[in-house]
Amino acid sequence: MQLTARHQEYWNRNLKITSVLLALWFIATFVVGWFAKSLNTIEFIGPLGFYMAAQGSLIIYVLIIWYYSKYMNKLDVEYGVHEEDE
Amino acid sequence: MAAQTSQAQFNANLKKYYSFYTGGFILFVIAIGILEMLGVPNKALGYMFLFATILLYAGIGFMSKTAEVSEYYVAGRRVPAFFNGMATGADWMSAASFIGMAGTLYLAGFDGLAFVMGWTGGYCLVALFLAPYLRKFGQFTIPDFLGARYGGNIPRLIGVLAAIICSFTYVIAQIYGVGLITSRFTGLEFGVGVFVGLAGILVCSFLGGMKAVTWTQVAQYIILIVAYMIPVVWLSAKNTGNPVPQIAAYVSALPSVTALEKEFNNPATEKGAREESVRKIFRERVATADTQLKGLESGGAAFLAEEKQKLEAKARDLKAAEPRDAKAIEAADKAVADFPSDPAKAKAAWTAAKTAAQAKTAPVTPHAEPFPGKDEKARDIKRKNFLALIFCLMVGTAALPHILMRYYTTPSVKEARISVFWSLFFIFLLYFTAPALGILAKQEVYSNLVGSSFASLPAWVSNWAAVDKTLMSIADINKDGIVQLAEITIGGDLIVLATPEIAGLPYVISGLVAAGGLAAALSTADGLLLTIANALSHDLYYKMIDPNAPTVRRLAVSKGLLLVVAVIAAYVTSLKPGDILFLVGAAFSLAASGFFPALVCGVFWKRANRLGAIIGMVAGLGICMYYMYITYPFFGVKAPLWWDINPISAGIFGIPAGFVGVIVGSLLSAAPSQAVQELVDHVRYPNLDLATDTTLH
Repeated sequence: MQLTARHQEYWNRNLKITSVLLALWFIATFVVGWFAKSLNTIEFIGPLGFYMAAQGSLIIYVLIIWYYSKYMNKLDVEYGVHEEDE
Repeated sequence: MAAQTSQAQFNANLKKYYSFYTGGFILFVIAIGILEMLGVPNKALGYMFLFATILLYAGIGFMSKTAEVSEYYVAGRRVPAFFNGMATGADWMSAASFIGMAGTLYLAGFDGLAFVMGWTGGYCLVALFLAPYLRKFGQFTIPDFLGARYGGNIPRLIGVLAAIICSFTYVIAQIYGVGLITSRFTGLEFGVGVFVGLAGILVCSFLGGMKAVTWTQVAQYIILIVAYMIPVVWLSAKNTGNPVPQIAAYVSALPSVTALEKEFNNPATEKGAREESVRKIFRERVATADTQLKGLESGGAAFLAEEKQKLEAKARDLKAAEPRDAKAIEAADKAVADFPSDPAKAKAAWTAAKTAAQAKTAPVTPHAEPFPGKDEKARDIKRKNFLALIFCLMVGTAALPHILMRYYTTPSVKEARISVFWSLFFIFLLYFTAPALGILAKQEVYSNLVGSSFASLPAWVSNWAAVDKTLMSIADINKDGIVQLAEITIGGDLIVLATPEIAGLPYVISGLVAAGGLAAALSTADGLLLTIANALSHDLYYKMIDPNAPTVRRLAVSKGLLLVVAVIAAYVTSLKPGDILFLVGAAFSLAASGFFPALVCGVFWKRANRLGAIIGMVAGLGICMYYMYITYPFFGVKAPLWWDINPISAGIFGIPAGFVGVIVGSLLSAAPSQAVQELVDHVRYPNLDLATDTTLH
């Protein structure tokens, strides 16, 4: 079985969005965590470092997954690899 | 076309059923509330909640009974994204999340947030790396994927072992939670509570497998989220005037907590001076314990006898003195009676006394301060461990078989992706409320309980102090008749359990909270037991021992194993093994090290092959278990830590070892066969016409 160039392109775009979202996840988790103390000097609904760990990063996680599912479900249709029953 | 209409009809019916169900449940709570007003005793109300909910789960389980393989293992693959999200939420949130989380945050402040971030952010990894691909693969268990992708029985067998190790560790913690809740709210003994709870778990999963567990978990999610939210919203409205706790906690409660912390730590203020006087007494107690321990070191049994004589002399003097002080005599007699009988016991008792007092001598740690420590080095170690724990919990989330299995049950890849979103959304509802509850509870204790008089303690304080000293203990150490913060000792589980009373809600809401905690523990235990039984019956028995076994026998074996595993788990739980939080953390590190590298490479790296998977899984699990064994005090080796990483985060070494193992092992041996490479393409594309179809149903 041979994949077409278009199939390859679909997979590359998938890898690209996956890496971008993974980078966002990394920033929201480890960068925010590492600098929590400095962030705490900023006031945003309470000290920012605390707020991010308790709520802000969680909201980012939910948005990352929401965006990924929306993006990929559209990408499937665009490249004709979506499931037929749907 | 026909399939589409029936799925749409099915979805519409589900919405109808669960709306009716939610309405019915609210009516039930109101009815119990009315019974309470009519004067029915609390204990009877507790029993009603317990049995009504277990009966309900049993009812759903009975209605979902099935003799079909695909229904038993993957709920017929027709669970819509939204409902699978709820079921995953209930599967995910355990007794530790429901009852323990807010209390952990109350006690640990910022550093406790590692659990909040770790247990939510992991779903990003589930969504990006695993859920859609596993759904496309579309078989029954996680070892199934390892078996098909890497070929042969060895990867599958290691998968089965890893699934059993981490799920079993985790299920013990759940059954423990079930026993605790049933015994607390009904007065049954802990051991009896465990088995009552176990019956509840079994009625859900025994007859209908995954199908029954799924629909019960949806019902349990609804109960647990309602039970969690009502008291917190009420408390927030009562104490801050704002009924949105997730905002009120940060804008109004946290600033007042921070201001009070400063006052408590400043001896120049009135509150600070009173705190200081208590801390001084605790410092003296530390010094006394120190002298005693030193005396014991040099004098041994002779010193112990001497100390005892001193206490007896003191009791005699008191009895001879005029006027007689009955209270003091009683205390002195008690001190004599409680005096440790041999040097080993004395050492243990005095060390414990010293540690307990030591904790009370320090100033209050500010709630919002990350990584508090005495110097830069201590703070750095805390920061490292905070991030390491988050990493292990996240990767572990994306590797726990009972969660990944849930994404086999959606109708399509598209739905699987959306379903991860709903899963995290429903989990998020509870997890972003818990830190808020921690702060609101702290505000209540700091501003209302501290400074009140011992003669008129709030009712919830005296009630809980009477029920369980480990949850609430309070004593007037400096004898000024006023409560100081250092005079209160709170157990983490108290926060969620006592919130209804703190908020001034009737007992019916306390019963509701207990029902919610029970739902959380039961739903997680269900998912875990099913995972273990399936790994044994499907992967070990059907795939490896007897591939020709007829359906009836496969299901019979599965159900039999479910019973056996459940009874073993309950028996181990009734022995009350160690630290629950460590058990849970260990399960995550183990799953992360064992599964994650092999699963992710299986999808994203075509070159990964059998030898790589075997070496990767064995190396990951091996390093992780080895590190736990040498560093966790329970095992007694007490080797020095590697880079100061705590044993709970052993996965930080196991995960890289797993990846290195997969890569090295794969490059050392030939590339996988054409058929395997086609399987990888098959899972990467939701619909690939040319691919061989491995989907069985």
